[in-house]
Amino acid sequence: MSILNGKTVIAIGDRDGIPGPAIQACAESAGANVIFSSTECFV
Amino acid sequence: MDLENQRRVKEFAEQLGPENVVVLIGASEGSASALAAETVTAGDPTYAGPLTGVSLGLQVYHVCEDAVKAEFDEAIYEDQVSMMEMVIDLDDIVEQMESIRSQFTKY
Amino acid sequence: MNSVVKGASYVLVHAPDMLVKNGTTQTTERIVNPNSEYLKTLGKHLRSYDDAVAYLPNQVYIGNLDPVELRKHEQPWYGTKFEDAARYGRFGEIMPQAEFYFLIQACDEFELVRLEKGFVGEYKDAFFASPVVTDLIRNRIHDGVDAEQLEKILKEDGEGLYLGDRLVGAVKKAHDVDLALSSHVLLENLVSKASHVLSLLHLVDKAGISPAEVDYVIDCSEEACGDMNQRGGGNFAKASAEIAGFSNATGIDTRGFCASPVHALTIAASLVKAGTYKNVVVSAGGSTAKLGMNGKDHIKKDMPLVEDVIGGFAVWIGEDDGKNPIIDLDHVGRHTVGTGSSPQAVITSLVSDPLQKAGLKITDIDIYSPEMQNPDCTKPAGAGDVPVANLKMIAALGVKQGILERKDINDFVEKHGVPGFAPTQGHIPSGVPFIGYGREALLNGAVNRIMIVGKGSLFLGRLTNLFDGVSFMMLPNEGKVEETGKASGEELRKIVAESLRGFAKSLLSEDQDE
Repeated sequence: MSILNGKTVIAIGDRDGIPGPAIQACAESAGANVIFSSTECFV
Repeated sequence: MDLENQRRVKEFAEQLGPENVVVLIGASEGSASALAAETVTAGDPTYAGPLTGVSLGLQVYHVCEDAVKAEFDEAIYEDQVSMMEMVIDLDDIVEQMESIRSQFTKY
Repeated sequence: MNSVVKGASYVLVHAPDMLVKNGTTQTTERIVNPNSEYLKTLGKHLRSYDDAVAYLPNQVYIGNLDPVELRKHEQPWYGTKFEDAARYGRFGEIMPQAEFYFLIQACDEFELVRLEKGFVGEYKDAFFASPVVTDLIRNRIHDGVDAEQLEKILKEDGEGLYLGDRLVGAVKKAHDVDLALSSHVLLENLVSKASHVLSLLHLVDKAGISPAEVDYVIDCSEEACGDMNQRGGGNFAKASAEIAGFSNATGIDTRGFCASPVHALTIAASLVKAGTYKNVVVSAGGSTAKLGMNGKDHIKKDMPLVEDVIGGFAVWIGEDDGKNPIIDLDHVGRHTVGTGSSPQAVITSLVSDPLQKAGLKITDIDIYSPEMQNPDCTKPAGAGDVPVANLKMIAALGVKQGILERKDINDFVEKHGVPGFAPTQGHIPSGVPFIGYGREALLNGAVNRIMIVGKGSLFLGRLTNLFDGVSFMMLPNEGKVEETGKASGEELRKIVAESLRGFAKSLLSEDQDE
């Protein structure tokens, strides 16, 4: 069963890892609806 | 996890039903991945944010884990994320994510 | 004419009580969790001034220990004391909190800052003994007020200045309603201004620029000063230049989160190259908000609160003197609106695009200075070793481009980078901490090319989801001073004569054709 297709996704990215918009692009390519995308910053 | 992000996660889970929401994270380290994953499953372990004591049990993956990676368009993943696999310690991240999921994910 | 880096200064202020009272992690905790274990144990994890001075990364920052020397010491570094540690270094100093409160008072133009009489008596001599504090600043110090007056200020929405539990000063609000002039904002801004001033004083002392020579100052910090009608009106640059005695200078503030210093340096270098100004100083003070930012993780790991220093720096950009390193304005890197946020797109735009334009490869840069955060601060918080991660990203891009092999990534990090040593003060670690050492390495021929990279998290301001970044190369000076854009009288005569000759010839040939 698919994890992402047709699901609602929340993307919590990291400024020094993988940022939110990059995660969003991947999730959308898997058929997910990205409802919220954010990028955290520890520095 | 940022307090505002916790608030949004909580809102969406309540609004849409926790079984319908998947959280994807992009942290650079195993410990930070586990912290974010724990926050959206068992609750905020730092006792600071709106998810303190709230066990949403959401499905949560790191964006580089095989299970979700297999579902992405290969070219988009290649463009957006793949380079970071050479930068992060993926084995550690996967191990920590699996541990959190096995303990706290309900869906 | 090219722009060169003529000198740099770097300062720290040890501020443990400002960490407790003013750091946002702590102020937030006091709101959401006033009885928390964290707040109770905080005090036990504060470092003494001597420990902060003996801390290896701090000694590197002020110029007493080359950054590569950090590799000889096992991480984390907080357990190691540097034996030859000193308050002053060849780039600046680590100022104790008490003396810094005097500088804050000296930076106040509106009778908003009051120090307690007894405190002034106790510490005034130490402040006055500083080798960089000028008479202009000494003459601004008041005698101080009674302790009751400070209590009264606190009751009227003021902010306190503390030494441990002792209230030694207070900052008043400047308006009853305007939040932009609240005591909280004013304290943050005065701290930024005072640490900026300290950086300027050390630039004069260390780089030898005369205050009267400075034409223009660009402040590239992350605070905003103004009132409710123009919340970010400015101008930290001119306000700081005034206290530093730069009487012939004006200036401006640039903002761009952590990317701001590198933006400011390219602007400064362009202003000098264009001939607009001869001497431009790019500088910034630090932030109280970020003190103890990752404190919860540090205490969880039972370590001292190493984010206990406010940072500052100043870089002097001047006209080509045939000696100092050149800022290469022909090949700057920039993250554009269309670049996207993926790490490979970011590194391509900041590193490989400008290199390609210059006909160079990733391996042609001897040292990269991306974000130079001290890993002691970031690793316990799960943010990893930021400078190493950035170097790895550059190497990984090299792998993607077929220049490097994957097994070479760690070697590349070691060979083309230096360990991070700057406090997590946002704009302070962003590329610029290495300019002082980098300038020296280019001057003595140890390296040939340095790339300074600044990145900024614009999305934190909630106006855009975009990221930002800029970069430039520092190159050795070949000693050939070029005049560009200005032709000499002799050259002009030649150009006019040649074009007249050409014109005459063309008339002649037209006649013949007819």
